[in-house]
Amino acid sequence: MTQQQALYKYCLRLGDDALIQSYRLSEWCSNAPILEEDLALTNFALDMTGRAQALLGYAGQIDGQGKTDDDLAYKRGERQFYNHLIMELPNGNFATTIARLLFTSTFEFYFYSDLMNSADATLAAIAAKTVKEVKYHMAHATDWTCRLGDGTQESHRHMQSGIDHHWMYTGELFETDEVDAILQDRNIAVDMASIQQRWHQSITQVLKEATLKIPAGEHMQSGSQQGIHTEYLGHILTEMQYLQRAYPEAIW
Amino acid sequence: MVETRENYEHILTQIIRNQMVRSAHTKEEVFSILSVIPDPEIPVVNIQEMGMLRDVQINDEHGFIIILTPTYTGCPAMHIIEQDIRMTLHTKGVYPAEVKLVYDPAWTTDWMSDVAKAKLKAYGIAPPLHSSCSQDVFAHNIIECPQCHSHDTVMISRFGSTACKSLFQCNDCKEPFEYFKCH
Repeated sequence: MTQQQALYKYCLRLGDDALIQSYRLSEWCSNAPILEEDLALTNFALDMTGRAQALLGYAGQIDGQGKTDDDLAYKRGERQFYNHLIMELPNGNFATTIARLLFTSTFEFYFYSDLMNSADATLAAIAAKTVKEVKYHMAHATDWTCRLGDGTQESHRHMQSGIDHHWMYTGELFETDEVDAILQDRNIAVDMASIQQRWHQSITQVLKEATLKIPAGEHMQSGSQQGIHTEYLGHILTEMQYLQRAYPEAIW
Repeated sequence: MVETRENYEHILTQIIRNQMVRSAHTKEEVFSILSVIPDPEIPVVNIQEMGMLRDVQINDEHGFIIILTPTYTGCPAMHIIEQDIRMTLHTKGVYPAEVKLVYDPAWTTDWMSDVAKAKLKAYGIAPPLHSSCSQDVFAHNIIECPQCHSHDTVMISRFGSTACKSLFQCNDCKEPFEYFKCH
């Protein structure tokens, strides 16, 4: 694998994470428990769409075949998507979504904070922008985790169930392969082991404050780095890509 | 290919470029032409005061390159601003020109001029409090009501109608208002 191929795949991974998570959060539009949450979740989704545009646009440039961000979003099949499985899982109830957001935004905060020092100037710049936005996502998810976890019996139960449900999808966030190795050698990619340590520390602290338990399960689900997904991604793409599939090259 | 205005403009630009002609505008002139373009979401401030218009480069190969930086990555206003720039330059006869979106260095509310902050306030939007995005962003800050200048205000929602604003309410005049977040 060349450096160019590795960088292309690295950008797809990050771009797909943003795109698919954005898609899921958008599903809350007009369905959130209160208006303020509707605004918050769709605001996050908008940030992520912007991030996906920047990253997929850059992936297209690296690839050098003239693909745009839209081409990469709408014309790839399921097996060519590299987002982490946790991003594509259904929203569940509000607590389930908050649990996922806690895990992913904390991960993204540490990940992009490190990526700001990447030897790749474009990735570093996108990372600097992302960190500013992700801080808000993480603060919001942390607030709600504590409020629901340390709230009523009912809210505590839902929050714990959301945490338990997503736990086995968190290990994959820190997986690395040849792509990371090649790019890390050139100081482009970040060191996942160090991020995992900080993530774990931060999550432990938040869950403790929220009177929630860290799940004991050790089995971690995996597959996205090979393009192997849960049954849910196909359904997302079916809806998201419908227009381009039915009317190829449609523009407006 | 569908005949659109953009395609037409593109072809026109190509023809002009092939003739290797560049309009005789200076960097300062282009800046002053562009500085009147308003922010589509907050029309009282322009793109230069907001710190989005970063630079105008002039070279023989590409003509005028307008360097623009997004405020928020997902801000839908960016596309409108890009179009506004193209249209404005087109009508003022500045050619050939292209808009380049850059992410580095990342936009910050630091770049918003004092004039822009005063205009925001007069318009009813509380300007960003801190000079830069730091942990202070989440501290319980006192945000002054842009209507009655009371300091007795409360945050209703951390997120608002656009990516850049939070919602507040004044406990004295009871008016709701928006606060431009630090970024």
